[in-house]
Amino acid sequence: MTMNVDVAVIGGGPAGLAAALECRKNGIENILIIERDKQLGGILNQCIHPGFGLHVFGEELTGPEYAQRYINMLAETDIKTLTDTMVLSLSPDKVIRAVNSELGIVEISAKAVILSMGCRERTRGMLRISGTRPSGIYTAGTAQRLVNIEGYMPGKNVVILGSGDIGLIMARRMTLEGAKVKGVYEIMPKSGGLRRNIVQCLDDFGIPLHLSKTAVEIHGRERVEGITVASVDENLAPIAGTEEYIECDTVLLSVGLIPENEVSRSAGIEIDPKTRGPVNNGNFSTSVPGVFACGNVLKVYDLVDNVTKDSVLAGKAAADYIKNN
Amino acid sequence: MEIKTYDFAVVGAGVSGAWTAYELSKYTAKTCLLEKENDVAMGATKANSAIIHAGYDPVPGSLMAKLNVRGNALVRELHEKMDIPFRQIGSYVIALNDEGEEKIKELYERGIKNGVEGLKLLSKEETLAEEPNLSDDVRGALLAPTAGVCSAFEMSCAPAEVAENNGVDLIRNFAVSKVSDDGDYKLVEAADGRVVRARVVINAAGVHADEVAKLFGDDSFKIIPRRGEYSILDNNCGGLVKHVIFQPPVKFGKGILVSPTVDGNILVGPTADNIDDKDDKITTGAGQKVAFDGARKSVPTVSERDVITSFSGIRPIGGKEDFILGFSDADKSLFNVSGIESPGLTAGPAVGEYVVEQLIKNGYALEKKADFDGNRKVFRFNELSDEEKNEYIKKNPLYGRIICRCETVTEGEIVDAVRRGAGARDMDGVKRRVRAGMGRCQGGFCGPKVMEIISRELNIPMSEVTKFGGGSWMVEKD
Repeated sequence: MTMNVDVAVIGGGPAGLAAALECRKNGIENILIIERDKQLGGILNQCIHPGFGLHVFGEELTGPEYAQRYINMLAETDIKTLTDTMVLSLSPDKVIRAVNSELGIVEISAKAVILSMGCRERTRGMLRISGTRPSGIYTAGTAQRLVNIEGYMPGKNVVILGSGDIGLIMARRMTLEGAKVKGVYEIMPKSGGLRRNIVQCLDDFGIPLHLSKTAVEIHGRERVEGITVASVDENLAPIAGTEEYIECDTVLLSVGLIPENEVSRSAGIEIDPKTRGPVNNGNFSTSVPGVFACGNVLKVYDLVDNVTKDSVLAGKAAADYIKNN
Repeated sequence: MEIKTYDFAVVGAGVSGAWTAYELSKYTAKTCLLEKENDVAMGATKANSAIIHAGYDPVPGSLMAKLNVRGNALVRELHEKMDIPFRQIGSYVIALNDEGEEKIKELYERGIKNGVEGLKLLSKEETLAEEPNLSDDVRGALLAPTAGVCSAFEMSCAPAEVAENNGVDLIRNFAVSKVSDDGDYKLVEAADGRVVRARVVINAAGVHADEVAKLFGDDSFKIIPRRGEYSILDNNCGGLVKHVIFQPPVKFGKGILVSPTVDGNILVGPTADNIDDKDDKITTGAGQKVAFDGARKSVPTVSERDVITSFSGIRPIGGKEDFILGFSDADKSLFNVSGIESPGLTAGPAVGEYVVEQLIKNGYALEKKADFDGNRKVFRFNELSDEEKNEYIKKNPLYGRIICRCETVTEGEIVDAVRRGAGARDMDGVKRRVRAGMGRCQGGFCGPKVMEIISRELNIPMSEVTKFGGGSWMVEKD
């Protein structure tokens, strides 16, 4: 099946929703959002904690509430969506190949494309932590999905590696669900998480944050049984003799996010090695004319409000591109 | 409980056991394949270099030499029919100094004696023209065009599946712990009390083969576990080398290699450490440094920064400098297939053939099945044309739902992986069969969805879904 649209938005999270709405506001008629999940909203759907929307809406919302505001706005437009649909590739002449259960392979030709695929979490493999390969090691975001969407507890005795915001949020979440969070271990001398998350998610629950400490070995053959942590020197190398064994059945990793740019690469879009997102050629345009990028696929943001603000600009830029070409 | 009676009980569903079961499934005799883990290929087979060696390494006249060269030929012959991922990319043993130059000439001579086809000594210029990323210190190389890379897992999963489809009973979580006589038969008992009866027990228990042999009163060999650590690099490093790049062999094995994998990543390793504990599959920072420092002698630009995952495997060293293959002197109902160290993966198909030959030679009258079907086809959505994809999605919409975005794996393929012969029973089983969770996010996104599919297909609660059987649970009970 083939389709022709003015703007195709890849990813229906906060970035894609804001960008699509802004395109419509600027008079673009034929807009399509392609979303891999069954519903729009992206990762906000599993962020059931408050703290979203203070800048954009002037009030504190949960992730799903924040997403719903945009989904409601979208419902009042004629913007089309394809959910449960995975984009397989994008060509430099802006043809998207996607697949879903209903339509099979779909080819979508677009005058402009907005990339808003978000990011993924760094994994244990990338950290190269020594030791065994048991079950019970999850990225914080995967654990968040299991707890908040699927309704399952990954474990009861938890150590969190890295103090990214999702890790901090999950320290509180797991505690509220009855788990014992033994501590958060951060290799850097300061946390990369938001101050308010350290206060509200750790301090308020008496969960210790250990700085300049990292995991050196994971233990347990079948399920995680413990983890050895050690202090690190100024080069982030573990200091011999400072090792400490902590018993746990679950390790959550919150050690950074990486913009997810496999689709961008398939179009030959130039990637900035620092941000790991597309090079921003001004106004959120990429190295391929007519392809724009916004949200965490461009660079990793701290606040969804800022994603929204920038994505509005990207949507405007895409609309202007269509009018001028 | 009813005790089932078999002609042959093969212990261990690694590469040797699986190919033995595969060969036996061509005959009307009743065979079972006893595996102590929740899946096939969980021991030495799972974690190694996944290289199909040409056969210039083993000492001429040894079983290792004979079965390596024969195994190589069988892999090239059977891989399409059985859908075993294999790429015949050829291997280089590179010489970096005078000693190395001597060594590759010696290996060339050895290879000729072993009957290896196509061997060629290359000059420095010829070597660098083909492999420009090699160290400038390279003096030349031995090219073996029949070598290749495969999926080590599929090298035992494929024959196990064909065996099961042709009547072999694959019995999982059966850790052989006791053996007793029952007339002309042996009663083989698992740790959990289950029992099977068999005329001949074929001991392909890998690193644990000496323990199984002891249950029969055979203490003629001892398996020394030797750990090797490996790292896999991102597939954006895929073009780094085109052939398997070996350094000349050292005392403890074939040395550190840099090689493309069958999936287009780059593999670096292994280290070689004799250890005490047969299941101690840890990776260590020190091991990784050894591997990369070694690898940089061949390919200077290879970097730890590109590692996407690392693993370690245990090789069963039999201490006899050859495979231990034959009826035990202690008990004639025991046939040892032991000490299958490198090139054991390559030799696998030939080991299976050899075992059956020996059984026949020793008076076991085996009758060929008329209806043996040796074909196996794995459906890989990603490899189809758009027209084919659409046809499949129409027939089964699950093929239109991508579960693993990094490796483009559909729900239909995951369901197939659970339902097929010798199918997946856990998360790692799905990952190894269809690559869901193998990519960049390492299962971060698809993990919860795969858990749900396994739970649904096996009709078990989520809390009983495991990573790899036993106590490797994923989530708490509700």
